[in-house]
Amino acid sequence: MIRIITFLSTFLVFAFGSAYADPKKVGFIYIGPPGDHGWTYMHDVGRKYMESQLGDSITTTYLENIPENADAVRAIRKLADSGHDLIFTTSFNYMDQTHEVAKDFPDIKFEHATGYIQADNVATYSARFYEGRMIEGHIAGHMTETNTIGYIASFPIPEVVRGINAFYLAASKVNPDIKMKIIWVFTWYDPGKEADAANTLINQGADIIVQHTDTYAPCQAAQKAGVYAFGQASNQEEFCPDAHLTSIEDIWGPYYAERAKAVVDGTWSSGDTWDGMDKGMVVMSPYNTKLMPASLIQEAVNMEVGIKDGTIHPFTGPIYNQAGELVVPEGEVAPDGMLLGMNFYVQGIDGEVPQ
Amino acid sequence: MNLDLILGILQIVLIATTPLVFAGIGELVTEKSGVLNLGVEGMMLVGAVSAFIILVITGSYFLAFFVSILSGIIMSGLFAFLVLFLMSNQIATGLALTIFGIGLSSMLGKQYIGTPIDGLSPWFFVIFSFLIVFLVSYFFYKTKAGLILRAVGESHNSAHALGYSVIKIRFLSILFGGSMCALAGSYISICYAPMWQEGMTAGRGWIALALVVFATWKPERVLIGAYIFGGVTILQMNLQALGLRFPGQFFSMAPYVATIIVLVLISSNKLRIKLSAPASLTIPFYRGR
Repeated sequence: MIRIITFLSTFLVFAFGSAYADPKKVGFIYIGPPGDHGWTYMHDVGRKYMESQLGDSITTTYLENIPENADAVRAIRKLADSGHDLIFTTSFNYMDQTHEVAKDFPDIKFEHATGYIQADNVATYSARFYEGRMIEGHIAGHMTETNTIGYIASFPIPEVVRGINAFYLAASKVNPDIKMKIIWVFTWYDPGKEADAANTLINQGADIIVQHTDTYAPCQAAQKAGVYAFGQASNQEEFCPDAHLTSIEDIWGPYYAERAKAVVDGTWSSGDTWDGMDKGMVVMSPYNTKLMPASLIQEAVNMEVGIKDGTIHPFTGPIYNQAGELVVPEGEVAPDGMLLGMNFYVQGIDGEVPQ
Repeated sequence: MNLDLILGILQIVLIATTPLVFAGIGELVTEKSGVLNLGVEGMMLVGAVSAFIILVITGSYFLAFFVSILSGIIMSGLFAFLVLFLMSNQIATGLALTIFGIGLSSMLGKQYIGTPIDGLSPWFFVIFSFLIVFLVSYFFYKTKAGLILRAVGESHNSAHALGYSVIKIRFLSILFGGSMCALAGSYISICYAPMWQEGMTAGRGWIALALVVFATWKPERVLIGAYIFGGVTILQMNLQALGLRFPGQFFSMAPYVATIIVLVLISSNKLRIKLSAPASLTIPFYRGR
């Protein structure tokens, strides 16, 4: 008898308890480990922020080191099968995989980072990192002595090309003699290779290293060689205090909290979010006061203000492509459509985007 | 091109290639004794993380490398025990060792990610990597012990009939391979890119395995092959930075393509003998027979 009562009460607690609390399950697919102090790290910081904001109404899980191939389908499906209500896939090349799984699970909401294809249950979101690249370019234009910038690029996708262009446009505006040296490493994450690329660029005369890869190896290499560097995704000053000028920080937390809240409230709808500095999704790390003159820091801060209130746009015409054709007329700004599909260098950058 | 630029490129090539030489020469010795250990990547990672942790705790570079090599000996000892005494399948066990090493290193290193350390100058290890290749070469072709090791790899039954302890020789070869892989890993986390990041060897263990085949099991060719693989990577970076049109993707896969070509050549049996692949590779040895 006692056993039956125990059983029943346990059953009731679970049945009703879950009806009351019913925490929503939120899953994340990470391309790297949360400890990379770069891209994945900042998504994980965002996840933790979301947890702190929503408390018991959600539980979160993440799968790390998921390669951008068929394995990703398996990983996303695993989250979908295990009853997740909302799944964030946090890398561009999870696009096809996300849609493949999303088709089979119409009731589950998906959010694909930096993608551009939406569906009824797949929203996309990204940050306007190029706003930060503009500020970095401006700083670099002033700080370089060799007029040579070394840029470590990962994969030839619009996100990366856009960053290169925004950087160059701003840098060449303050310093028309500036030269960009770009190395495509075809990886997001390989500390050794990133360091090799940084050292190669420094060896070829670059005195400022910019990276679009995920670890702080390039910044470390810059520190060792006595040149400057910009960090990536999170504040990397502690790893290279004498090289680090600033970093572009990706702040995902508020967005994640908002979207998870929408799922909890049942108000989630698909869409495309592309926020920048004005919404606090892109933030500049504290400028290095030891290395940069106060006037330059002030200029950078003013630029931030201008970008936030919309008076400054990194892609303001006239902008020419490498063939010399006018792509953005004077006085206009590049439309989002052009920015999202950007696969060409602007005039003045040598070499070509790998295809 | 001025001299400074070329010297600079040379430096970067030397620094980048050294871990491949260590891991490659270690695996070569293991394979020469007739054992294929696919756990290179795993042993490198455990070596990398243990060196890093010991350096953070004790601040001693010597202890860091010492413990790292010890970790390689333990990892490869585990492998040796499984394949030599329990006769487990070498390929499956090696793969398991890599997966185990990836997991173990992530677990051990969790709280050390992002701990800043002072990197060590790589030059001692660069020189040491050349030295070790020539020592191994000398050992193989100029000493009796080396001849015995090769005999075990060619035909363990004959070696056994002559009274040599096949198990003991293979055990020691595997341990040597493990310690070299761990050294390669610790070089990466202490000298090459001084940090600990999960999976930071980023596939170099697999390149080292490919390298042994590419080198057709000859020590000097491991060195040459490693410098071709490493040199091509750095060279294409330089060409890119100079603004030349360049298919970077192609060079990322070049080592693997080269290896496949060598494998295809080897699959013809006559060539295999010429290419000096150990005839007993991956074949388990049963003492009773």
